[in-house]
Amino acid sequence: MSPGETAASEARGAPLLEVERVSKRFATTDGAITAIHDISFGVAAGEFVSIIGPSGCGKSTLFNIIGGLVGDYDGRVAVAGETVAGTHPAIGMVFQEESTFPWRTVLDNVAFSLEIGGVSKAERQERAAHFVAMVGLSGFERRYPAELSGGMRQRVALARTLASEPRILLMDEPFAALDEQTRLLLGDRVLQIQQDLRQTMLLITHNLTEAVQLSDRVLVMSYRPGRLMRVVDIDLPHPRDSEVVSSDTFGHYVAEIWHDLRAEASRGIRDDESRVLEGRRA
Amino acid sequence: MTARTVRAANGIARATGAISLIAAIAAIEVLIRAAVINRFIVPLPSEIIAAIPRIVVEENVLHRFAQTAQEVLWASLLLAAVGIMLGALLYRFRLLRLACETWVAAFAAAPVVLMYPLFLVIFGRSATTIVMIGFAAGLAPVILKTSEGLAATRQVLIDVGRSLKLTPRQQFQKILLPAALPSIFVGLRLGLIFAMINIVGVEFLINFGGLGQLINELAERYDLPGTYGAICFVILTSVVFFYLTERLERWMTPRR
Repeated sequence: MSPGETAASEARGAPLLEVERVSKRFATTDGAITAIHDISFGVAAGEFVSIIGPSGCGKSTLFNIIGGLVGDYDGRVAVAGETVAGTHPAIGMVFQEESTFPWRTVLDNVAFSLEIGGVSKAERQERAAHFVAMVGLSGFERRYPAELSGGMRQRVALARTLASEPRILLMDEPFAALDEQTRLLLGDRVLQIQQDLRQTMLLITHNLTEAVQLSDRVLVMSYRPGRLMRVVDIDLPHPRDSEVVSSDTFGHYVAEIWHDLRAEASRGIRDDESRVLEGRRA
Repeated sequence: MTARTVRAANGIARATGAISLIAAIAAIEVLIRAAVINRFIVPLPSEIIAAIPRIVVEENVLHRFAQTAQEVLWASLLLAAVGIMLGALLYRFRLLRLACETWVAAFAAAPVVLMYPLFLVIFGRSATTIVMIGFAAGLAPVILKTSEGLAATRQVLIDVGRSLKLTPRQQFQKILLPAALPSIFVGLRLGLIFAMINIVGVEFLINFGGLGQLINELAERYDLPGTYGAICFVILTSVVFFYLTERLERWMTPRR
């Protein structure tokens, strides 16, 4: 961390989420592969941090490690100073893949974590309805996921995670499958929720616009093995919405991050191509 | 498509089905009367329809229908309870799955009905023998489709459960089982088909109770219209159970 970044970190206060020197290796038929190497960062309470990197940089591996879905890694993940081993109730996860339960209505999907927690039916329906309204789906409570669009289903997944009232909301490219306009508008919704709840959020993404639109800080990762290359503080005004994408400062941030990412993304493409050629030769 | 259009389309489909059935019966009637089909092998459909009130009164068909339906019901309940449990065990324990899956699949193709003498020795000449043969005949597809359905549960749904720290029991009850239900119902329907064929077959073979015994008796008397009339009641049993299974499935797996 540079002296400037250290000063900024101190200004943010003690981190709620700490990732310390995390590395992960996977055994494959071609030998061991280091997916991520020596990654360290912190996320302060109420902060919105994005991790951006090219395809294959280990973003999803990092998501799964922080969420406790992947074990056997080097380093440490801690929430409020407590080392996390496995999944942790303080960390709520929103997945890239569509993850609503197709056999439950919108309301029952959102109430799922409350049902598991033993909350009475009346109370959980009331609380679930609150989170359904928060993601802008009032009126769709009795609908099933099959009756909703992709963006609406992702909002249901978001509301379900919010209903478990996690201290840290961890999101893995939740809007990756959506078109750009829907993505921008859902970004507004996420920002609104984050500002209303002062929710600590960590977003994994490969989308430059999304990262800059939503974040207080963007962590840029290198191609495999994924390392933290750079931290970019996003000094755009709050409260913020998708109008911000038309500002010069926004464009400056996107260009700055792309400058760092471009060489890494090119390396990823070259690596993929050589793997395909090697596979063909074999 | 509006609800009205859907209702209209469903009505047309049902009407087409009914008209096709009536047309097929009428065609058979014509072919028999034209001596294209031998009426000593296949009786006239009109004679079969006329025989139904007779066998209802004289052969106590409703009681026999109830007896066969009861055997099918018991076999179905056993299939659901034991088959789903064994399928879940096969999914849960990889070693068990590797050891048994091929055997279970092979068992699905086995002519279980030919083992009826063994069942007679074990359970005696009783309804229990018939139920147990039906159960054994229908077990394999329920086990296989349950295991397959559980294994096909999307990893992301399992990860949602893990992220919410569900216990293994909650994970099974709240995520795996509901996710696998469509596949389980496919297995249950297949199991029900195998069970029903075998139940009527064994009733016929051991000449004990139910519609199978009635078909045997009527066939031995060479009462062909009565025999085919009794077969219509077997089809009715099948229709009733399929309808009930379908209703149950719709109730348990709404609008996926």
